[in-house]
Amino acid sequence: MIRPHRTHPLWFAFLLHRLSGLGLALFLPIHFYMLSLAISAPARLDGFLRFTDLTIVKLAEYGLVFLLAAHLFGGLRLMALEFLPWSPHQKTMAALAVAFAFLVSTLFFLKAI
Amino acid sequence: MANETQTMTQTMTVSIWRENGDDGRFEKYEVPARENQTVLDVVAYVQQHIDPTLSYRFACRVGMCGSCAMMVNGSPRWTCRTHVSKVVANDQLEVAPLRNLPVIKDLATDMDPFFEKWVAAEAVFHPSKTRHDPMAAITPDDPMRIAASEAIECINCAVCYAACDVVESNPDYFGPAALNRSWSLVNDIRDDGQDVRLAAVGSNGGCHNCHSQQGCVQYCPNELNPTLSIAGLKRETTKALFRRSR
Ligand code: SF4
Ligand code: SF4
Ligand code: FES
Repeated sequence: MIRPHRTHPLWFAFLLHRLSGLGLALFLPIHFYMLSLAISAPARLDGFLRFTDLTIVKLAEYGLVFLLAAHLFGGLRLMALEFLPWSPHQKTMAALAVAFAFLVSTLFFLKAI
Repeated sequence: MANETQTMTQTMTVSIWRENGDDGRFEKYEVPARENQTVLDVVAYVQQHIDPTLSYRFACRVGMCGSCAMMVNGSPRWTCRTHVSKVVANDQLEVAPLRNLPVIKDLATDMDPFFEKWVAAEAVFHPSKTRHDPMAAITPDDPMRIAASEAIECINCAVCYAACDVVESNPDYFGPAALNRSWSLVNDIRDDGQDVRLAAVGSNGGCHNCHSQQGCVQYCPNELNPTLSIAGLKRETTKALFRRSR
């Protein structure tokens, strides 16, 4: 249950930023390990790459790219908030960050399938 | 009182936090469901007509003094200016003491930690002149004057302090109100304490803890923007860092 004082759009923007950050922190070590297989065990990497052809894996990648893009655009929003003159359109900026993340990840997904 | 009971056609139930040196609990009271009443009216009704031992705090009843803030249905509000009809949810009204502050009794919190942090954040004026000097001339269109003006209407109600999740998770964090006040002083050309102030707001409890969630902005009853002020402090402390390392 989300506590009542938190139910405003910019708190949800914070939540998305935190969850996407955690998601990426979990994903990146696996990502780099997989890349390292290209040198240490190419056969295993090939096996794994065949596995990434599955639709379910493609969907998971869609989610990952969304998290990455959401964290990227959300991070730009926060840096603008802190270092540029204040804008009264904070909620619009948060919505735009999510919209761009959605756009980028959907384009990625459409190219992948 | 007799009249009151006669006109009391409809009633509603309010849950009020009761605590007196124990763990505390919500207790339910039946109060008149008037069309036009504030949350503070309801609390006062309970104290005046049902249980005189109920403790709470208020003074002005018109949104000037900042002493009546409480958690209403889980969100921090100035209760004297909060109409019941605006916040009642599913016919429920729940009134609790302000979050993030120790409870003295029932709805009255100890505001000392809140104000101690104002001092720790150097939200204190350091005069640069004496009464014998001429008055500083500051024009209303001076950009620093405008920046200061945006932050000065604070009534010290601690609504923002109760809304802030960082205050909850880090007891050392000065919180939005203290930092907002520091920012208005950063923009005060008469002030002579900018170096100590920037050191204080850049310290462990300072502005860099803020996650910019803007709960403070969401709930400040005077529509101030502590997040804007804190962003200003972040910029100024960062600039000071470069000045020092040069
Ligand atoms: S914006 Fe900063 S000060 Fe305001 S509620 Fe959020 S963390 Fe607290
Ligand atoms: S900044 Fe707003 S919410 Fe915070 S203490 Fe001042 S008036 Fe109250
Ligand atoms: S009683 Fe003074 S602000 Fe509410």
